[in-house]
Amino acid sequence: MKKAGVVVFPGSNCDQDLVEALSRSGFEKVAKLWHKQSDLEDCDIVFLPGGFSYGDYLRSGAIARFSPIMKEVKAFGERGNFVVGICNGFQILTEANMLPGALLRNKDRLFICDYTNLVVQNPKTPITNSLKSDQVYSIPIAHGEGRFFAKEKEMDEIIEGNQILFKYATADGLTTSDANPNGSLENIAGICNRGGNILGMMPHPERVSDPRLGRADGKALLSSIRTFLD
Amino acid sequence: MIFKANVTVMPQPEILDPQGKAVEQALHQIGIGSAQNVRIGKRIEFLIEADSEKLAFDKVTEASKGLLANVIMENFKVELELN
Amino acid sequence: MNTVTLPTVETAKKLGLLPDEYDKICEILGRQPNFTELSIFSVMWSEHCSYKNSIVWLKTLPKESERMLAKAGEENAGLVDIGQGLAVAFKIESHNHPSALEPYQGAATGVGGINRDIFTMGARPIAQLNSLRFGMPEKDRNQFLIKGVVKGIGDYGNAFGIPTVGGEVFFDDCFNTNPLVNAFSAGIVQTGKTAKAISYGVGNPVYIVGSRTGKDGIHGATFASEDISEKSNEKLPAVQVGDPFAEKLLLEATLEVIASGSVIGIQDMGAAGIICSTSEMSAKGEHGMDIWLEKVPTRQENMQPFEVLLSESQERMLIIVEKGNEEEILAIFDKWDLQCAQIGVVTDSKRLHFYMKGELVADVPAEDLVLGGGAPVYHREWKEPAYFAENQKFDPNQIPQPDYVEAAKFLLSHPNLASKKWVSKQYDSMVGTANVSAGEASDAAIVLVKDAKDLAIVITVDCNSRYVYANPEKGCAIAVAEAARNIVCSGGEPVAITNCLNFGNPYNPEVYWQFVHSIKGMKTACEAFKTPVTGGNVSFYNQSGYDGPVFPTPTIGMLGIMEGLHKRTTIAFKTPGHRIALLGPMTDDIASSEYLYSYCKVKASPAPYFEMEKELLTQKLVKKLIKQSLLASCHDLSDGGLWLALAESGLNSGFGFEVCGTEGYRMDAFWFGEGQSRVLISYPLEHEDRIKTLALEKEVDFLPLGIVSDNKSFKVDGLDWMSISEASELYENGLSKYLIQKSN
Repeated sequence: MKKAGVVVFPGSNCDQDLVEALSRSGFEKVAKLWHKQSDLEDCDIVFLPGGFSYGDYLRSGAIARFSPIMKEVKAFGERGNFVVGICNGFQILTEANMLPGALLRNKDRLFICDYTNLVVQNPKTPITNSLKSDQVYSIPIAHGEGRFFAKEKEMDEIIEGNQILFKYATADGLTTSDANPNGSLENIAGICNRGGNILGMMPHPERVSDPRLGRADGKALLSSIRTFLD
Repeated sequence: MIFKANVTVMPQPEILDPQGKAVEQALHQIGIGSAQNVRIGKRIEFLIEADSEKLAFDKVTEASKGLLANVIMENFKVELELN
Repeated sequence: MNTVTLPTVETAKKLGLLPDEYDKICEILGRQPNFTELSIFSVMWSEHCSYKNSIVWLKTLPKESERMLAKAGEENAGLVDIGQGLAVAFKIESHNHPSALEPYQGAATGVGGINRDIFTMGARPIAQLNSLRFGMPEKDRNQFLIKGVVKGIGDYGNAFGIPTVGGEVFFDDCFNTNPLVNAFSAGIVQTGKTAKAISYGVGNPVYIVGSRTGKDGIHGATFASEDISEKSNEKLPAVQVGDPFAEKLLLEATLEVIASGSVIGIQDMGAAGIICSTSEMSAKGEHGMDIWLEKVPTRQENMQPFEVLLSESQERMLIIVEKGNEEEILAIFDKWDLQCAQIGVVTDSKRLHFYMKGELVADVPAEDLVLGGGAPVYHREWKEPAYFAENQKFDPNQIPQPDYVEAAKFLLSHPNLASKKWVSKQYDSMVGTANVSAGEASDAAIVLVKDAKDLAIVITVDCNSRYVYANPEKGCAIAVAEAARNIVCSGGEPVAITNCLNFGNPYNPEVYWQFVHSIKGMKTACEAFKTPVTGGNVSFYNQSGYDGPVFPTPTIGMLGIMEGLHKRTTIAFKTPGHRIALLGPMTDDIASSEYLYSYCKVKASPAPYFEMEKELLTQKLVKKLIKQSLLASCHDLSDGGLWLALAESGLNSGFGFEVCGTEGYRMDAFWFGEGQSRVLISYPLEHEDRIKTLALEKEVDFLPLGIVSDNKSFKVDGLDWMSISEASELYENGLSKYLIQKSN
């Protein structure tokens, strides 16, 4: 039995969607963790959901990293436990220095809500281990600040450490610049830390996990995490 | 002559600044409770050529009114230095 | 009370009140009002709060149905029973004038306001729509307005976290100076768990919650007050700034507070702020209030009593709490880091007493301020404008047949018909994981009701302003009919409407003629579709000296229900080889079409063909066909006629088509005419006999057109009009070419 925790920051708005999607993807228990608490309630894995924590004021994720619960989340990750940030959660993880790089304003300076195609890079992480390397996963993005950026040295380390989870691709799986929706370096859609236990991605797998909505590629990603925990 | 222009654009004092409000609360949260009246604006720097400082000032002011600031809700301040 | 120089009728006029209204105020109070009181009456008796110039006609609209839980005007929004113990609260509202001044903040605060109307009722918003009108996008200023409005709606709605699932954007130069920004929101609440906008219970505390009060939106009053209150008129914010983060906190806290059961009443503060909420809630509960204005948390110093009362600062609520439960309520707001201050107490006086630091600054009877109480009601004059008769003289025989391919390309890339993806991509359409239409489009947006079993709401906003201008009565009936058709073609059942009535100056008899006849058309149509009017808003004065009044635009926001998600029907063709046919009356009509207006550049013509009987029959048939699962796709014909419907069904699927026109019709009318009550369907060949039989039975014309093809082209009458890739480029770039940032 595995219990997932979803942190709720003021301004989070994908928390409930993620709770429902995780329950649908095999997690036996899913709890919401209020940002003011300092107890992770014995969760096996912690998720930071999408949304606009603190209105995304100043910089996305800049204020949320100071929420009381983040001290615990950081320690939890340092002990080797799994932490997954989606969209705003990814932005918070980079602001908290739990993941390298930063997420900058999209290249055309507009918010984009659209489907993107993802291809797996490192197939050995929790979120990719059950996925197929030759398959394209259709997962939507919804962000104004999702352009992944890292300084050259940092980028070299990310590549060397095999830390790229997903890249944006065409429907045929090609990682061309046309397939890059926001100008991310190397078409990066998600990365992990060197240890492989802290993961962040801009696309929203929880938004494509309900068959009633017609598309369900995201369920494969979330189920992959659940399977990995066994 | 080439001048370096620094334009500071700030929300007018009577206009609500939600960003400033949220940052002020965050500052209190990280223990800087004495921070008050946080307002967030922007600073724009550029080089501009003009025959005199006065002419440069007029040009930058025109640029500020026309584009850099939304004068309905923002104030701006122009500073010039010889490059 | 302070009895220094009292304002005269001259001040009343500056505040926008008529001399007769000033006399009526004196009569109500039994004395001359002071300035604070006069400004109170001026805002409460404004069109926005009192509907004084429109209510006589609004009252003629149908309001009854078995599903109606709150009638129009009774609550902040309409409330409709959707079964399974649930109800939908929904409403549309305009934010036109603020958006003309500052498009980003104007549109953003419009989104904020409409959502507050929904969640103050205890309903959690699940979907938003918007209806936008601008001048043509070639003009720089219009580009600035479009970009600002779209970004404002996106930034506010996206952060607030409720998906924007659809809408409409229409361009015409009559909107150059006065763009229209109408925002719609729908939320879900358990029946019997709704909150009311009411106040009663002597001694119950009155709280203000949310953002601080600043001198926002009080220009009229301040202007009028100049001569008596010099110190107050400095530093007026010209723009109200929205704070979606505060609104999100307010949403969560409000729903928690309402669920606690300790709330007597709650109302959001929109137009006319504290004075509007205190008077409307008190009048409804037949109680009074003592309010201590110095307790209201303010953003600016030295605010005058009238400024605190009239301020329209955003993200605020007024809450009446049951005495004894204050702690519980305060704890909830504290959890969400929201300011909550007691500013008064409920009394049995039926009067509102406003104090500033102990001094009584205004004493007014609540009932006399509000709509249905003492607020004035006017019958306005109207006169048929000269252009109306002129339109009838239109002779289609003067219009020569065009180069069809050229016309087809022109229409596909015209901003009014081209893809609106540049706009919709900036809105989060998927948050909440309930928008079924995010993956594949239908004529209306289909949104799951997650708390129910196999149930969705189907929503749309519609109005073709050009039709309404051409003939207000017919045009407005068409707006209702098209909204219903969109819902029916998606697989839903129309249930109720909300309206946003955007017109020019009501004191102009020709504008008022447009208003009156629009209402007449709406009444007829709403009765025919059994979709009562649950409320909405009226926005007059959308005109400028230079451009004159905007096209009359009674935007219809319609709610439908889909019981059984298997009924969901989308517009894309599904499989090559499927047959394509047209249902409904084919006519030789090209009146008021985009083709006639923009391609042929003929501006004066009547509204297009529309017969209510035919419309009802078409919709009845489509419902039956969907119920029997006979259709592969279904797309209603609207702007751009049959050609646009075909192109959209093709582009959405990636399949081409081969179709032929029928002899005996004008071919431009056949492909581009906008005669109403028609629907484009595709289906497997083996369903054809049953579809034909049912069409015959329901007395609806059935016209076979051709087949879905796997050639990547649109073929008409044996000619390749264009390839899919060319069509796609025209369609995708038609609007966005004006708006994409010219970067680098």
